[in-house]
Amino acid sequence: MASELKIKNGKVYDPINGIDGEIRDICIRDGKIVDKVSDDAAELDASGMVVMPGGVDMHCHIAGHKVNLARKFQPEDHRHDVQPRVGGLRSGSGGTVPSTFATGYRYATLGYTTAMEAAIPPLGARHALEELHDTPVIDKGFYLLLANNVCLNQLLEQGRMAEFRDAVAWWLNNSKAYAIKLVNPGGDEPWKGRKNSNVHDLDQPISGFDLTPRKIIKALIDVSNDLGLPHPAHIHCNNLGHSGNYATTLETMKTADGRRVHITHIQFHSYGGELGKNPTSAAREIVDYINEHPNVSADVGQVMFGKATIMTADAPLTWLLRNMKKDKWINADTECESGCGIIPFSYQEHIYTHALQWAIGLELFLLAKDPWRMVLSTDHPNGGSFENYPKLIKLLMDKSFRDEEARKANPKAIANTSLLDIDREFTLQEIAIVTRAGPAKLLGLKNKGHLGVGADADVTIYDDMADKEAMFNAARYVLKGGQFFINNHEFCFDYEGSIYHVAPEYNREIETVLKPFFEDYYSVQFENYPVDDRYIAHGVTVPATT
Amino acid sequence: MSEAKTIENAVCTFCGCVCDDIELVVAPDGKSITRAGNACELGRAWFLEHKIEDYPVALVDGQEVPVEDAIDAAARILVKAKFPAIYGLSDTTCEAQKEAVAIADYVNGNIDTTTSVCHGPSGMAFQGTGESTASLGEIKNRADFIMYWGGNPVEAHPRHFERYSAKAKGIYLPNGRADRTIVMVDIRKTRSASEADIFLQVRPGTDFEVLWALRALVRGKYVDETIEERTGVPLETLQDLVDRMKNCNFGVIFFGMGLSMTRGRHFNVAALLALATDLNAHTHFVANPVRGHGNVTGADNVVSWQTGYPFGVNFNRGYPRFNPGEFTTVDVLARGDADALMVIASDPAANFPRKAIEHIKSIPVITLDPKPTRTSQEAKVAFTVATYGVNVPGTVYRMDNVPLPLRPAFESPYPTDEEILRGIKEKVCELKGIQRKNVA
Ligand code: SF4
Ligand SMILES: [Zn+2]
Repeated sequence: MASELKIKNGKVYDPINGIDGEIRDICIRDGKIVDKVSDDAAELDASGMVVMPGGVDMHCHIAGHKVNLARKFQPEDHRHDVQPRVGGLRSGSGGTVPSTFATGYRYATLGYTTAMEAAIPPLGARHALEELHDTPVIDKGFYLLLANNVCLNQLLEQGRMAEFRDAVAWWLNNSKAYAIKLVNPGGDEPWKGRKNSNVHDLDQPISGFDLTPRKIIKALIDVSNDLGLPHPAHIHCNNLGHSGNYATTLETMKTADGRRVHITHIQFHSYGGELGKNPTSAAREIVDYINEHPNVSADVGQVMFGKATIMTADAPLTWLLRNMKKDKWINADTECESGCGIIPFSYQEHIYTHALQWAIGLELFLLAKDPWRMVLSTDHPNGGSFENYPKLIKLLMDKSFRDEEARKANPKAIANTSLLDIDREFTLQEIAIVTRAGPAKLLGLKNKGHLGVGADADVTIYDDMADKEAMFNAARYVLKGGQFFINNHEFCFDYEGSIYHVAPEYNREIETVLKPFFEDYYSVQFENYPVDDRYIAHGVTVPATT
Repeated sequence: MSEAKTIENAVCTFCGCVCDDIELVVAPDGKSITRAGNACELGRAWFLEHKIEDYPVALVDGQEVPVEDAIDAAARILVKAKFPAIYGLSDTTCEAQKEAVAIADYVNGNIDTTTSVCHGPSGMAFQGTGESTASLGEIKNRADFIMYWGGNPVEAHPRHFERYSAKAKGIYLPNGRADRTIVMVDIRKTRSASEADIFLQVRPGTDFEVLWALRALVRGKYVDETIEERTGVPLETLQDLVDRMKNCNFGVIFFGMGLSMTRGRHFNVAALLALATDLNAHTHFVANPVRGHGNVTGADNVVSWQTGYPFGVNFNRGYPRFNPGEFTTVDVLARGDADALMVIASDPAANFPRKAIEHIKSIPVITLDPKPTRTSQEAKVAFTVATYGVNVPGTVYRMDNVPLPLRPAFESPYPTDEEILRGIKEKVCELKGIQRKNVA
């Protein structure tokens, strides 16, 4: 028997289909949006409510070895924020790195139904998938760290480009990943092997290799495009957090040379000033470039005042921060593939750099001409928890609230930005773009981020309230695949969610190149490395675009 | 049918090395293993001595019963109890561990793993100071300075040297052993110590002092010569060691229970982790625990991602709370708090302190184990289960958190831990009226 539902009288925001706050009915059958349902369909009256597609977070850290280290590292971050068990749903702990169940439920509470884990080394793919399996309700996937992969870098320096491409495709297939991720390209080798140093220039040779960061960046942008991956190379640029790093960011974007590329948490890469001195805002320079280059997209990586957890594959950065704070610190190297650093963190209004970071993030949102290519993230939990999204939405929609908040922050920092001069206020339609439609489009998820016929029935219904923070804090209804997860503010069904991944074609001969490398330099058997289908109970293979 | 079957790249779970290159040959009758290629002596014994014995699948009050009846009895014990404790879990799959945590959640019970009696102090030290660590392949590829502290790998983890450390060849150490400096620190000269370049014999109970002195020297602080009188280690030896550590390209300290479970416990481990962190001001330096049980690291991971905390977790209030010393099983039993106990793949009645064992004997106990144990003899409900790795597929985590898939050799007539635990979970939910409507 078909399960049918009609959501009536709601104010619908569906930017992909050009619907901007019209009163419309949304019809659902068997988990999909359809154009009409039978007269027997169940009805939900959404009068006075706002209907949007489920939210899509395209960059967060919610699963895998690094996240789990950060989780067990900070009991002090869980104790004040418990997640009691409700009926058959599981209990958990919150804080900036919630337990897996709490992560799923809390995303859904905000009206988010899809989230992408942004940094997994292939050796940890199995672990990431085990955690994602235990992250309920939301659909999910992960990005694969490939910019410090010793085997790939060897192929690259020898100019074996066809094999490089096949090896990348082999890695994506065998770890069940969704996209290619670059973090501090080329920085692991000096970090692990040269007494904790780093690379700072895209054209600086990487110790031990006849290679530069730019060559790695170029090669992975090209392979992402050539393989027709639904999402392009997802780049965490070199020099994160350093004063003057906007020049590196511009160079990275230029390296794409017109091909599609995504720059992540770009706020952390938009600093002017001189290395070693206080940063200034270079939001204008970054936004100007992106406005002119439709091949480039970004998520902001907004900083929110309060507790955060820095967790990144950019190990040298975390060591730098650790030496400023002298707080507890984790470093975790993955053989041949990645580094990792973790520290507890807190962004504070009175600190110049933190206030500047906060203001730069808002400048980026508000100065960008095309919200489809400057979407919302806090790089959870690096800039703050995803649970800050409602407040961030209010900052974007409400100029007087924003200015009030700005006045609480370090005045010198705020004066060094254009924030107070910007009058723009986001509309609900623009919010729907930066939180749903935009990320879904950038990810190439054709059935997500909209409410047109054939879309997944991931629907969020909010009470239409003047206080946008309150409005987006707790959806009244959340449907996942046409089933109520939240019904009138109450949790009902549990929902496992699907794993989205890619499976690009490649020449199997590449295994004859990879296997000897594994035998010599990995600590696991080549045959035990690929992740099999058991780890994706509900998998969706997203095809290549041609 | 009568052909001998071969399984390549099988995973040995006998110790935390979790070697994944074992070649198993199964006897033609499919009931035993006749060869375990690449395995060490311990691993060989683990595989070859595994026989399907003829124990009853399920016992209630010592009487053989159908499995369903035993599941029912177990669920009733857990639901009736006010403070049910679940313990063990380090010698089973992650898939089974997940079910055990779910049960603890649904019965508002206590969950804890054998970590609390081995590297629990390391877990606490980690929360206090953090740690710099690496997967074992990184050590094989890069570590030119390797120190073992309070462990005897040659005897306890026989292939640790060969696969991951002293004797392995790596990208930057093509000559293996010849390219590395090996240091052993222990209270006695073990077989491992005789393979080291440098051996430091530390007076028992003074690990913390030695570690603290090393930290001071790394930071260029003054250390008094009397350190030798207290610890047995001359100042020059310490200074020499510090020079080597600061000047290597990639250093590692492996530490064992000789550090985490002796006087000073989590202070010892914290001192060692802090030393490794301090050394990062000079070079790349990491520290790794050497874990015993095959999947104790998986237990840490599963309990952490599901609850937020690694071990010693209590759900009495309907959400997880963590407090070592309060919710660790030895303490929960010795204080007499637990009024029911479920043990998976462990034998607390054989190795816990006397007070805890006395309490075990006074409460209803449920056990899941491939063979009879001291604890199962005390049990009201005892299940015989298939052995993970040998008979059961699933996931295990090596001591460096690398997940590996098991490749079982042959089938067992016994159910798996996962199956029994899932049955108990479902029965518990039914008895408590908990609705688990699940949509895929
Ligand atoms: S070292 Fe440990 S895991 Fe490896 S074969 Fe021996 S007992 Fe098994
Ligand atoms: Zn990130």
